[in-house]
Amino acid sequence: MSETQTTYNYKVVRQFAVMTVIWAIVGMLVGVVIAAQLVWPELNLAPWLSYGRLRPLHTNAVIFAFGGCALFATSYYAVQRTSHARIFCDWLAAFTFWGWQLVILLAALSLPLGYTTGKEYAELEWPIDILITLVWVAYAVVFFGTIAKRKVPHIYVANWFFGAMIIAVALLHLGNSAEIPVFAEGWLTPRSFSAYAGVQDAMIQWWYGHNAVGFFLTAGFLGIMYYFVPKQAGRPVYSYRLSVVHFWALIFTYMWAGPHHLHYTALPDWTQSIGMLFSLILLAPSWGGMINGIMTLSGAWHKLRDDPILKFLITSLSFYGMSTFEGPMMSIKSVNALSHYTDWTVGHVHSGALGWVAMVSVGALYYLLPRLFGRQQMYSIKLITVHFWVATIGIVLYVASMWIAGVMQGLFWRAPNSDGTLQYAFVEAVKATYPYWTVRLIGGTLFLVGMLIMAYNMFKTIAVGRSEDAPVLIPAAQH
Amino acid sequence: MNVNDLIGFWNIYVAGIVLVAIIGCAVFLWSQGGATYTIGKTTGHSWDETLEEYNNPLPKWWSWLFYITVVFALGYLVYFPGLGSFPGLGGWSSGKQWQAEQDAAPNFQKYLNEDIPALAKNSAALDSGKRLFNTYCIQCHAVDGKGSKGFPNLTDGDWLYGGEPAQIEESIRNGRNGVMTPNAYLGDDTIRDLANYVRAFSGLSTDSASANRGRAAYARDDVICKTCHGPDLKGSLAQGGDFPFQGAPNLTDDTWLYGSDEATVIETITNGRSNTMPTWGKFLGEDKVHLLAAYVYSLSNK
Repeated sequence: MSETQTTYNYKVVRQFAVMTVIWAIVGMLVGVVIAAQLVWPELNLAPWLSYGRLRPLHTNAVIFAFGGCALFATSYYAVQRTSHARIFCDWLAAFTFWGWQLVILLAALSLPLGYTTGKEYAELEWPIDILITLVWVAYAVVFFGTIAKRKVPHIYVANWFFGAMIIAVALLHLGNSAEIPVFAEGWLTPRSFSAYAGVQDAMIQWWYGHNAVGFFLTAGFLGIMYYFVPKQAGRPVYSYRLSVVHFWALIFTYMWAGPHHLHYTALPDWTQSIGMLFSLILLAPSWGGMINGIMTLSGAWHKLRDDPILKFLITSLSFYGMSTFEGPMMSIKSVNALSHYTDWTVGHVHSGALGWVAMVSVGALYYLLPRLFGRQQMYSIKLITVHFWVATIGIVLYVASMWIAGVMQGLFWRAPNSDGTLQYAFVEAVKATYPYWTVRLIGGTLFLVGMLIMAYNMFKTIAVGRSEDAPVLIPAAQH
Repeated sequence: MNVNDLIGFWNIYVAGIVLVAIIGCAVFLWSQGGATYTIGKTTGHSWDETLEEYNNPLPKWWSWLFYITVVFALGYLVYFPGLGSFPGLGGWSSGKQWQAEQDAAPNFQKYLNEDIPALAKNSAALDSGKRLFNTYCIQCHAVDGKGSKGFPNLTDGDWLYGGEPAQIEESIRNGRNGVMTPNAYLGDDTIRDLANYVRAFSGLSTDSASANRGRAAYARDDVICKTCHGPDLKGSLAQGGDFPFQGAPNLTDDTWLYGSDEATVIETITNGRSNTMPTWGKFLGEDKVHLLAAYVYSLSNK
């Protein structure tokens, strides 16, 4: 290493990493508030504090603010390190940070004020959609620019997943956000109509919605897994071939699975069938990632005993495996007939969102933060362990209560009397769900407490550390 | 199955893409089986000091899982609709499933020919009626039928559109739209006097001077209340069968749909009210409407 050697751009990684923790707390706090509103409806204190407006704020904050910042931080870190090159275009990378924060801020203002397109996970109105597009294109330029600068012949597997995520999300966002602006309420109150109508609109929306899960929350986070699991375990990835096969199979089949959100609707039967079948075919490609992650630990299982970061990473893969089994199962029409519209769906989503997405991000951040701030390790390893157990207990309470509540609701709704009438009024299922909503609130609160512990640990680490950019490494000689 | 439905560009296009996509998954997986593996050895690539990959083969059980889902998908497409307009050999469709469930569901046709007062004494019919009521009606009228603010009490024998069996049935079958026009043009003082006047009938007004002014105002030509509520304030039902304005409440009794305190009555007169009972005839069918009418009738005709 010569003295004139350039460094990796850690500044943008640091910014995104810190904001990941901040936005996790904000997004999960809103989640806890709406969970409490289901237990105590009187907590809907004002229109802008009502469940209907806070629920999209919660989903947008955890997916795009927390999840998005986690993806930016880890992908910028991993792509630089595995390309052995400083990030492409520092100012554009800085623009993605500030631009993305502006998107989040605008979401946090406009959603409580009642601005929404009404499309799940795509609620933001068209001016914000345009800003997202600009930031996302900049992200693509920075990411693929860095890949183009790489000093190694092969592109590391984590970057395939990050790259696929960036391309697919661009496609999804442009496709689903096509809308016609309306200025009936004046220039400062943007509204819009979807460019599509009727069942086509629903199909486009769930093509988007399911692939937001498939690419943003799965492919992107598999990218995190493929960098941070082998790094933290100190072991090679289990199978190169498996990563090739499951990568192409995953990104190909996910695109078809959206119709399973529209079973037993006006969507034609043939489209529903195809959505279900590709969801089933998706099981093996999804599990490929879990196998590759967990088997990477083979030969080093003992490390799980005392390394809480590995505990986070491996637990996240277990939840990933469970959710990606549960998903195809719930896409089967006859299962869906019971589970759809119930809290089972909410449980399934959170087994993925808390168990997989949040756990793998948290594990990666505990690996990342000390390295970004010139430290060997986090301020307190013990607090990582505490975080792990608080979070795990929280998830189990959350998911188990929603499973029970969901199956119960489904059975309540369909139970007939001998004369063909329904055995229960709708409100009876609502009343019976209260205990489970309470347990869910406790589980969600525990998960939030875990994030607060992490924030404390992070700020302590930052306080004793200093911002430090590592020099760009010369690649090892290739065989 | 009509053969003409199975040809045509878009149909073949869709079916072809689906088949190529599903079979392509298996072909892709199979094509990777030929790769050479060196178990326990890395591929030789390395990144970022320590990142390497073993050249291990695909787990066999995993490959089989993959193949099985593909085979299942193809089998499903033979039996169920999925390949363009090919309906599948099983003949299933969601429309047919719905129709079969409708046909198999118990219905209440047997009660259609019994008149409502008789049905209201038939305990089996009333049990079924109450269950229907719990499914479709309690959201507004409450589980005991006593209603809530804006939603009429069905148990008190006081009716807006009539409590005769045919009238109740009509309310359920075709719904009702209740509109009271706003009267803000009368000014705050007159509105307050009118409020005291109507509240005085229920012994609620303590300001007799205001109530007396209200009585005088009610008779004025520019005060339109009597158009619907009648000159005697007893509401549209009391005016006889050919009275054109339906649904105007009797203001002289002690039944208050939106509340009886002075502020609420003033709000009602000032801004008017608008209310809807949905139409249920097409959704529920005549037999269920009939049974529900009998149940509602029974609530005030024990």
